[in-house]
Amino acid sequence: MTGAGVVLLTTFLASSVEAIEMVVIVLGVGATRGWRSALIGAASGFVLLAVIVAVLGLTLAAIPIGPLRVLVGALLLLFGLQWFRKGIARVAERGLVGMREPEVQESDVPASGMDWVAFLLSFKGVVLEGLEIALIVVSFGVSAGQLGLSVVGAVAAVVVIGGTGFALKGVVTSIPRSLLQLVVGTLLTSFGTFWALEGLGVSWPQSDLDIVALLVVYGLAAVSYIGLERRRIHHVAIEVA
Amino acid sequence: MPVIGSAVVGAGRFLYRFIVGDDWRVALVVLIALAGTGVLQGEHISALWLVPLVAIVMTGISLRRSALKGEKA
Repeated sequence: MTGAGVVLLTTFLASSVEAIEMVVIVLGVGATRGWRSALIGAASGFVLLAVIVAVLGLTLAAIPIGPLRVLVGALLLLFGLQWFRKGIARVAERGLVGMREPEVQESDVPASGMDWVAFLLSFKGVVLEGLEIALIVVSFGVSAGQLGLSVVGAVAAVVVIGGTGFALKGVVTSIPRSLLQLVVGTLLTSFGTFWALEGLGVSWPQSDLDIVALLVVYGLAAVSYIGLERRRIHHVAIEVA
Repeated sequence: MPVIGSAVVGAGRFLYRFIVGDDWRVALVVLIALAGTGVLQGEHISALWLVPLVAIVMTGISLRRSALKGEKA
C-alpha cells in the first residue's frame, strides 16, 4: 500500500493543476458577469463531479487488484506522459510564468434572475477541468488502496486554490502551472510505470523505494530535455534575428 | 436519440484525449512496451527497464517532432 502522505501530496498537486484553471475561469466569469450565477454553476459542476467519482470508485473497486493495477497503471502512465511532455515543453519555452485570465463578454448580463451564460461557463469550466482530475484521483486512490485520502487531497486542492483565488486576486494566475504540470506528470508517470509493471508480475527489487528511483530517472530526463529544448529555442531565436 | 449520440461521441473524444492525447505514437509504443514486458515476464526475463526507457525515448521523439512542426507548447 502506498503511504498516506504520498497519496495526499500526489492527488493534491494533480488537482491543483486543474483547480488553477477552474478557479481562474469561475473568478473571471464571476467578476465580469456576477457572482451568484457563476457560483451556482460551479457548485452544480462539483455535484456532477462527486457523482462521477462515486460511480467510478465503486466500479474500479470491484476489479481485482492485479488487473486493476495494469489498467490503472497504464492509464496513469499514458496520461502522466502527456503532462510530462507538455510540462517540459512549456517550462523550456515560458519558464515559470502563470496562466492568463480568460476573456469573458459582459455586454448581455441580465439585470435580474439567473444569468445562464455565467452559469454554463462556470459549470463547463468546473466539469471539463475536473473530469480529468476525477479520473486521476479515483484511479490513483483505488490503486493505492486509499480512495478516501485521494478524494481529501483533491478537495483540499480545490479549497486552497479557490480560497486563495478569492482572497488574493491575481495570485492564482501567477502560480507556475507549467512547472506544477511537469511535477505532477513526473509523479503520475512514475506511479503509472510502477503499478502497471507490478500488475504484470514484475517484482521491484526494492519494493516501494523503486518509485523514488523512477522519480529520479524521469526527473533527470525532464531536466535534460528542458536543457535541450532551451538550446533549440535559443538557436531558432538567433537564426530569426 | 441525437442527444445520446452526441454525448457518447463527446465521451469518446474526451477519453481519447485523456488516454492518447495529441501524439498517438507515444501511447501506442508505450502500450507495446508494456505488452513486451508482460511477454518477457512470462518467460521469466526481468524487463523492468523497458517501459521507463521507451517512455523517455518516446518523449524525446515527440518533443522533437513538435519542434520540427513548429508547434507552440
